[in-house]
Amino acid sequence: MELHGVSLAFGGLQAVEQVSFGVAPGTVKAVIGPNGAGKTTLFNLVTGFLAPQAGRILFGGVAIQGRPAHRIARQGIARTFQLVQLFDHMTVLENVMVGRHRLSSSGLIAGALQLPWTRTEEKVIRQKALEALEFVGLADRAGQPAAVLPLGLKRMLEIARALASAPTLLLLDEPASGLDAVETERLQDLILELRRQGITILLVEHDMGLTMEVADEIAVLNYGKLIADGPPRAIQKNPEVIAAYLGTDWQG
Amino acid sequence: MTRLWFLNRWVLFAVVAGGIAAFMDQDYYYTLLNFIGIHTLLVVGLNLLLGYAGQISLGHAAFFGLGAYTSGILTATVGVDPWLALVAGLAVSGTAAFLIGLPALKLRGYYLAMATLGFGIIVYIILNEASDLTGGPSGLSGIPSLSLAGFAFNTPRRLYLLIWILLGLILYISANLVNSRTGRAIRALHDGEAAAESLGVDTFRLKLKIFVWSALYASLAGSLFAHTLNFIAPSSFGFMFSIKLVTMVVLGGMASIWGSLLGAGALTVLPELLTVFHDFEMVIFGAILMAVMIFLPRGLVRGILDLYENRRYKRQGGSFPV
Repeated sequence: MELHGVSLAFGGLQAVEQVSFGVAPGTVKAVIGPNGAGKTTLFNLVTGFLAPQAGRILFGGVAIQGRPAHRIARQGIARTFQLVQLFDHMTVLENVMVGRHRLSSSGLIAGALQLPWTRTEEKVIRQKALEALEFVGLADRAGQPAAVLPLGLKRMLEIARALASAPTLLLLDEPASGLDAVETERLQDLILELRRQGITILLVEHDMGLTMEVADEIAVLNYGKLIADGPPRAIQKNPEVIAAYLGTDWQG
Repeated sequence: MTRLWFLNRWVLFAVVAGGIAAFMDQDYYYTLLNFIGIHTLLVVGLNLLLGYAGQISLGHAAFFGLGAYTSGILTATVGVDPWLALVAGLAVSGTAAFLIGLPALKLRGYYLAMATLGFGIIVYIILNEASDLTGGPSGLSGIPSLSLAGFAFNTPRRLYLLIWILLGLILYISANLVNSRTGRAIRALHDGEAAAESLGVDTFRLKLKIFVWSALYASLAGSLFAHTLNFIAPSSFGFMFSIKLVTMVVLGGMASIWGSLLGAGALTVLPELLTVFHDFEMVIFGAILMAVMIFLPRGLVRGILDLYENRRYKRQGGSFPV
């Protein structure tokens, strides 16, 4: 995934300005920066919820900027949301089953008539969804309504749902916010495990401990501009980043 | 286990409906049951749209009317086969829904509610004014009954068979739908449109699909209505009826297939019981709508289950997780 000179302004506010960076396949890249630096906007641009006014976003060598979100999702880009967005009136399992949407094809009429091949497909959807729940440790909650889960598990469910779509690129928008230390540690293991499985991850995170542990590279945004991009060690020592965001605590 | 329980509901439906057909012999009750059946068709369709997909239609009476009048005009005036006319009605209603939904669903917010509201009023006016075609306010008569292989559905009891067998099928299809891939996507877009999009669900297309699908139910109900009464007049297809349908959905329970049967049943029987209050019918409907929204926001079926669960939780010293 590559960004080339991506820009977006909301009225007079330049939310993202001439941002260019790449994420190498199979690596974890973190985007950090102060609140309002344009991180979530950047996510929305990559996932098609916003269209850039300038610049190109390449995924697998193909320009995807400006395409509708569902089409980008079908290319194999999945995401989670800063404020968890689950389907509250559906069960935990059903939430993850929706994740399989792009990989299945039964239409409205086929589903209504329960055609034989639909049933077969349904079994696969259920099986894969259960596997994803198993992976994040939520299998025992499968039958509960998603709304009753505590926040930490909701974040895990959101990740499971995204994983059910078998993404090649996974975007995690502040996955650790609201998690306690134990949960954050589990999240860290999960991210590293996903990386081991070859999934490319783009991460927005304020928890610097987590970020430093999992990220292969870090891009730093400030007022919509990219001020640094490189391995964690270099970022920690970058004076501009320290001034804008990290403070002196993280100076190596 | 759940599977078995699910099956049992269908068995129960068949046993009760069949039992009625075997033992009851008063035409009045059959007529009432036929209206309940027709209303349930409408309410299930509207519930798929309103309860499951979260999209509001305030003009469902118009699709009901399009089905009824397409069937009525084609059979009474032109002499087309009733079954063919029914299919033509589906085509007309489906096309109308598609054309309204196309612009209205592109926009976020309550544009569909406004567009269908306007559409309902326009259809109502046309039914009244195009009297050469529709017979105007005095209605269209001489609509033949449906028949199948020489068996004419021309008595309340025979119609009961037709309507309730069809209803059983439609309920079954609808229950399948909501638990299918597409059904999950529909419920998902209701709960979180952005999240659904992020998983590859084309929310616009799906909303349009379910809107058209829902209009087809209304059209089918309309055609059956026309062939049941053999006479139709615009007053059955006005704005107030659209609101009545919404009330039935809310009373029975949003996003509840079986609730639709209950909501339609209750609000079809109620006016019969309260004939004295006929002038206040709309007031009573309004009051029911308000009371349900306030006290049983999930409808009768789930509302009562919730109350029961709530009590059990309280007894155990917990609070009910909503």
